[in-house]
Amino acid sequence: MTDVLDRPDAKAGLKVVGTRPVRPDGADKVTGRAAFGADFAMPGMLVGKIKRSPHAHARIVSIDTKKARALIGVKAVVTAADFPDLASEEYEAGEGAANMRDLSLNCMAREKVLYDGHAVAAVAATSTAIADQALDLIEVKYEVLPHVIDVEAAMAPDAPLLHAHLFTEGLEARPDKPSNIASRNQLARGDLDAGFLVADVIVEGRYTTAAVHQGYIEPHACVAAFGADGQCQVWSSSQGQFMVRTYCAKVLGLESSDIRVTPAEIGGGFGGKTTVYLEPLALALSRQAGAPVKMVMTREEVFRATGPTSGAVIEVKLAAKADGTLVAADVVLKYQAGAFPGSPVGPGSMTALACYDVPNFRVTGFDVVTNSPKVAAYRAPGAPISAFGVESAIDELALKLGMDPIALRMKNAVRDGVKAAYGPTFRYIGYVETLEAIQNHPHYRAPLGPNQGRGVAVGFWFNVGGESTAAVNIGEDGTATVITGNPDIGGSRVSMAMMAAEVLGLPVEKVRPIVADTASIGFSMLTGGSRTTFATGMAVTQAAQKIVADLERRAAQIWEVAADNVDWLDGAAVCLDAAKAVPDLTLASLAAQSARTGGPIGAQVSLTAQGAGPGFGAHICDVEVDPETGHVTVLRYTAAQDVGRAIHPAYVEGQIQGGVAQGIGWALNEEYVFDRDGRMENAGFLDYRVPVASDLPMIEPIIVEVANPRHPFGAKGVGEVPIVPPLAAVANAVRAAIGVRMTDLPLSPPKIRAAIDAR
Amino acid sequence: MVHIVAAGSGCRQYTGDAVEFDVEADTVRRMIAELDARFPGFGDHIARRMAIAIDGEIHQDADGATLGPGSEVYLIPRIGGG
Amino acid sequence: MTRTHVSATVNGDPAEFLSDPGTTLLDALRDELGLTGAKEGCGSGDCGACSVIVDGRLVCACLMLAAEAEGRRIETIEGMADGSTLHPLQRQFLEHAALQCGFCTPGMLVATKALLDANPDPTESETRYWLAGNLCRCTGYDKVIRAVMDAAAELRQVRV
Repeated sequence: MTDVLDRPDAKAGLKVVGTRPVRPDGADKVTGRAAFGADFAMPGMLVGKIKRSPHAHARIVSIDTKKARALIGVKAVVTAADFPDLASEEYEAGEGAANMRDLSLNCMAREKVLYDGHAVAAVAATSTAIADQALDLIEVKYEVLPHVIDVEAAMAPDAPLLHAHLFTEGLEARPDKPSNIASRNQLARGDLDAGFLVADVIVEGRYTTAAVHQGYIEPHACVAAFGADGQCQVWSSSQGQFMVRTYCAKVLGLESSDIRVTPAEIGGGFGGKTTVYLEPLALALSRQAGAPVKMVMTREEVFRATGPTSGAVIEVKLAAKADGTLVAADVVLKYQAGAFPGSPVGPGSMTALACYDVPNFRVTGFDVVTNSPKVAAYRAPGAPISAFGVESAIDELALKLGMDPIALRMKNAVRDGVKAAYGPTFRYIGYVETLEAIQNHPHYRAPLGPNQGRGVAVGFWFNVGGESTAAVNIGEDGTATVITGNPDIGGSRVSMAMMAAEVLGLPVEKVRPIVADTASIGFSMLTGGSRTTFATGMAVTQAAQKIVADLERRAAQIWEVAADNVDWLDGAAVCLDAAKAVPDLTLASLAAQSARTGGPIGAQVSLTAQGAGPGFGAHICDVEVDPETGHVTVLRYTAAQDVGRAIHPAYVEGQIQGGVAQGIGWALNEEYVFDRDGRMENAGFLDYRVPVASDLPMIEPIIVEVANPRHPFGAKGVGEVPIVPPLAAVANAVRAAIGVRMTDLPLSPPKIRAAIDAR
Repeated sequence: MVHIVAAGSGCRQYTGDAVEFDVEADTVRRMIAELDARFPGFGDHIARRMAIAIDGEIHQDADGATLGPGSEVYLIPRIGGG
Repeated sequence: MTRTHVSATVNGDPAEFLSDPGTTLLDALRDELGLTGAKEGCGSGDCGACSVIVDGRLVCACLMLAAEAEGRRIETIEGMADGSTLHPLQRQFLEHAALQCGFCTPGMLVATKALLDANPDPTESETRYWLAGNLCRCTGYDKVIRAVMDAAAELRQVRV
């Protein structure tokens, strides 16, 4: 169970928010009735398949599709020739600006293939068997080029060049030669050299991580139908149906209004489904074939051709006084971007020192293209990587100073009124509270046995706001429907119902939340960035408040009193005019009279939510290392996190536990293994080893609530912070268990054994 | 007059070495226009690629937000998520 | 290509379909019988999202050829509830919030049913090892294990 640090004044009077109702989509999910991306079918549907490059880097000399087109049962074949050759243009539709040309080239290669698995052609046929045959009949001639995957190798001046026109941005002077370094960014404060001069203790470390995949269990899937009238329908498993619509429109040169995207239930995303791979291809095939096309990736395709996150190098130099006060920090980050620019080195740089009040620092980040799949967002993109380096270095510092690791962090903790490393002054943050929570937790004092060690680490994520629309409609029987445009990836839909129920004064069972398609609800930015409960919740709450104001007006009309003489309490209008002895009017009775008091009762709110509250987490991890095998077992894990307000505590706990599990996998087992030809060797769940039930203990979440005053219920985003600390929490625990600092993730048994042997 | 600080090096291509600016503006929209007049292209860059922290609160696409003479204003890269 | 005619019992009812030589049981359940509860997460028997019970034995439907289903008794997630009444396992999963995206849930439930049929009183460790073949990327397994333990306790009461 969780510990919840209460602020009684803020929670007083809440009847629904903070409880744990069963989710309204639950029955469908446990009976197999819920429809995910691959569960949908349309009459006359064809099967779409993709031909992929077997080379990590090559020029496409020619593509001959004649034989494939001639095969009976093949109804369409597309290559880059079937897509507009887009100019390089930044467009905001997903989670930040994406370069539309890069997106288009990633969906379908033009002139060059840049990673093993890069799509070069696609077919639609009447059966999977025929589609597979057709792929074999497509003849592609390649001129194989040398490839580069390691990030530092890609940065070297003589490295194979992926893009002839890529010149490093962010340098003092524009370079005259292209390179694989897409950009360099720098964040600095104070005087670094002066800081190092006054230091009593300096620690330096070089840390490395491998590319890891989001690992959602549901492969990408969609069904697309391009109508004879140019009207398109797409059924897709994604984190944002509006994003899918926009990207398809851009990649295919269509109008957004001609595409209607219906969100399927989504089997995990974690950022990996904030872009498109299949949908534009499926639409292009459907247009040619004149029939709907279904495309579902295999697990191998998911690994080979959808974005993992960066592998990286992190160099950290920290300096402190003898009493633990940090005086200087110098961090260098080198992140793989995959085939096209756009690694999360920017946020990785901004979050690296976010938990610390350091007067002098410099964080330098390099975004480097490599012959590997184009990197996609993965839960707090970039932050776990830089945190691994910084939190390991802080751990080293604590050891060198002989200081308790929580005390060291407390000494340098950011608080309200402190300037964040990325600039603005922090307000309403709960970082210190999370440190206190783990410090006071019995886990921190529990005894450890032989070969066991304990590690502590902290983490930060901004959380975002963004555009959201919500509609609330009242039925003639006084029940409510809440309509939003945010796919539910972790139980958010029930939180929407709860917030509306709270405002309306209805039991949550009488509030039905649905996630609508792009034609049925106003625009919403996608589900991600820990934004849904915050931003869409804000829109839902405001829409419900509008309805309450309307209900009060109607009651005033019925009672013939002034509108300000009516209050809304526990789901009913209450007359404040003492002279009128009238019974309360329930929502149901007002709904029954809606026609006579102004018409149907409903409200829609569209907003850009501002003031998202940043989140902080503090974790404790206990491990046991088997000295013979090098195997690391996580024995116990406690994770405290400031969530502002837990709307539905069970799903908040779930986000914390899930993020921790992914972080543990990242620390111990997961990595992309490439062979000499740049092909992924472990493109399946057997050898790409994610944590299984027997790998993990119970994960204890501690919910800390320091309300964000910008949200009607005080909520901050939750989903991303929990994956940030575990990499270092595990590594620090291993350090304590074996006495050796492990700097290269994942901490697989052979590496641990080698470290033990070298002791 | 509002004092604005650009965090990070992303603005360099528009503003050179300048990272702090004093601007006559009472809304974000006006600030963007003023900065664009001073550094062509910078306004568009801020509007599309940056977030604005006003007194510690992060705003994105908040052209109507008000700025006071005592406001702490930071320009930071736009944040996404996963 | 001649297709094979297969007759089997699915969730207690007779079922028939035609299959190609390479069609897996998972393909047949989803595409021929319209039972899309079992999911393909990997196609190689590593994720457990396609878990079904065949003649009382827990099986990855993606590893079994459809033709092998001839004459066999197959149980899928669609047969777990009793009409509209959820099985205690299904109910406990919901009470415990033991699912987030829900994609692994059908396989997880079927695998758990097989566990409790074989061992009505598993320890936490036995439960974790039994479910090691059912990958979940969302929950970290904590609430799943709690739901299973509580469901097991509830079912033991009912039997007594």
